[in-house]
Amino acid sequence: MLKIKDLTVNVGTKEILKGLNLEVKAGEIHAIMGPNGAGKSTLSHILSGKSGYEVTGGSITYNDKNLLEMPAEIRAREGVFLAFQYPVEIAGVTNVYLLKAALNAVRKHKGLSEVDAMDFLTLVKAKTKALDMDEKFLYRAVNEGFSGGEKKRNEILQMAMLEPQLCILDETDSGLDIDALRIVADGVNALRSENRAFIMVTHYQRLLDYIKPDFVHVLADGKIVKSGGAELALELEEKGYGWLEQA
Amino acid sequence: MSISWLDDFRQQAKSQFEQTGFPSNRLEDWRYTNVSVIAKKEFPLAKIENAPVFDGSQGGTAFHFVLVDGFFNAELSNLPKTITVCSINDALNNHADLLQSKFNQAITQTHGFIDFNTANFTDGLFVHIAENGVLEKPIQIIHVATQEAILPTRHVVILEKNAKATLIETFSSSENNAYLTNSVAEIFVGENADLTLYKVQQESETAYHFGGTYVQQADNARFTHHNFALGSVLARSDIVCDLATAAECELNGLYLGSQKQHLDNFTRINHLQPNGISREFYKGILNDQAKGVFQGRIVVAENAQKIDSKMNNRNLLLSNEAEIDTKPQLEIYADDVKCAHGVTVGQLDEKSIFYLQSRGIDEATAKHILTFAFANEMVDKITVPSLRESVFNLLLARFPEGAER
Repeated sequence: MLKIKDLTVNVGTKEILKGLNLEVKAGEIHAIMGPNGAGKSTLSHILSGKSGYEVTGGSITYNDKNLLEMPAEIRAREGVFLAFQYPVEIAGVTNVYLLKAALNAVRKHKGLSEVDAMDFLTLVKAKTKALDMDEKFLYRAVNEGFSGGEKKRNEILQMAMLEPQLCILDETDSGLDIDALRIVADGVNALRSENRAFIMVTHYQRLLDYIKPDFVHVLADGKIVKSGGAELALELEEKGYGWLEQA
Repeated sequence: MSISWLDDFRQQAKSQFEQTGFPSNRLEDWRYTNVSVIAKKEFPLAKIENAPVFDGSQGGTAFHFVLVDGFFNAELSNLPKTITVCSINDALNNHADLLQSKFNQAITQTHGFIDFNTANFTDGLFVHIAENGVLEKPIQIIHVATQEAILPTRHVVILEKNAKATLIETFSSSENNAYLTNSVAEIFVGENADLTLYKVQQESETAYHFGGTYVQQADNARFTHHNFALGSVLARSDIVCDLATAAECELNGLYLGSQKQHLDNFTRINHLQPNGISREFYKGILNDQAKGVFQGRIVVAENAQKIDSKMNNRNLLLSNEAEIDTKPQLEIYADDVKCAHGVTVGQLDEKSIFYLQSRGIDEATAKHILTFAFANEMVDKITVPSLRESVFNLLLARFPEGAER
């Protein structure tokens, strides 16, 4: 589904990613771990199409298409979804309006008709309930005045509605207490399927207790320096990142 | 009919106006707005004509007080029976003592538009709500302009202790005429009384508009104002509030300028006594060659301790030729107060645009949505559902791609 080859990325004159390679197949869950400043967020942003980054070398192919050539909204419509580390508050736009506009944009791209208003409401209410969110959230402005946990749940709600193929979770566990973490993890686990892949970018191993990855990669100084199975995360938890950077 | 006390006010204002004319932009409060074009138009004073067909009302959800070209039209109106609501001309006969005791008392500082109004007003609204009285549904003051003339109207609104009311004032025209609205409201909010006033200015695109609201708030009185400046080629709004002890004042505003519109919003909150609260939030969106002005001044008198006051003005400029002059001012003479003000001028937030794009929404649509949302935040503050819906629809007409119908 996703192939990243020798990717090098600059922010300004500073090189952040220094030859990153990663392959993700449908059905897989990959965790990208690493110390602060390793380039984890840059990787999430590059995949989602955020501006402000300069790709100086390498390639990213997604479903055999050149991902880097697609504007952010086309990536989203093609099934790439970024759950933000810091979801943006948008005053004056209700959650339900955003969800509907987004869903219809994706459907239109796929050649489908706009969603029926009643079907949409039934669907969105069911998904909201599954994430243990009050229906009132739907009619509030996007993320405005939401707690950290509510914002992250809202990201997962959007993900559940849009049914993307490639889900990128950027530090989704940050700012969550255990209960909220469990709800978010349940939401993600419910979306696991053989057609869908996940990339979880995280500093801590904690999230991986709830969402078990197939692969764990350590990103340090702009490159993946070590890859392994779920057990690698436990090793990192125990030893920290220091031993890898020295290696 | 001649009423001597009023004639004295009129005569005095007339001679004052003859000396000064409409305000010069050499005056500090008028420095961003040049109204000399209005004097050059030499509009006549409006006359009573046959009423046009009109429907801009809130249906059965509000009482209606209709002013056609500045004259009260009883046939088109629908007024409450149990509370004193009548035209100012009726009040001169039937509530003369009360009116005389309040007339011109809310105006502490005058200028050419107010003087002209005092000298020439043709009619207006008179409301008196007795102690503990509650107006069960809003009164909508509907101004309709049909003539190319000056339309001077004067309102006097008196809420006694613990009274509660909501007023809606809308300005529009039957045709795309050039005229000058000159509307002055004097409002007296008694002890612990509560008044909410909505103003929706959607004059014709060639019309001129002056609307002044002058408010006296007694102890613990609450006054909330929502000001929507949408129409007119050149509009100026004055809102001046004088607050006694523990009075609360909330001023919200939205001005949407396009083409060559010039929209000036002047506000002044005078905390004269301690423990008052004021909140002011004005937003503007300016496109094409439109120009916006925000002049917000909060004055805290020397003995007015423990004042809690916040002022915020946010502007969105959608074109390189659009302009905003914003001047928030705090003038504080007391030493134990909590006052803050903030201003932003800019384009749409890049992070928000990207967030919407990352959900599949293209950049142009994302910008429409965010522009609409910027304005809709103020529309959302309207608590009268039918009014909120009609202002929402006015907003949609300006930004048709920003939201669902």
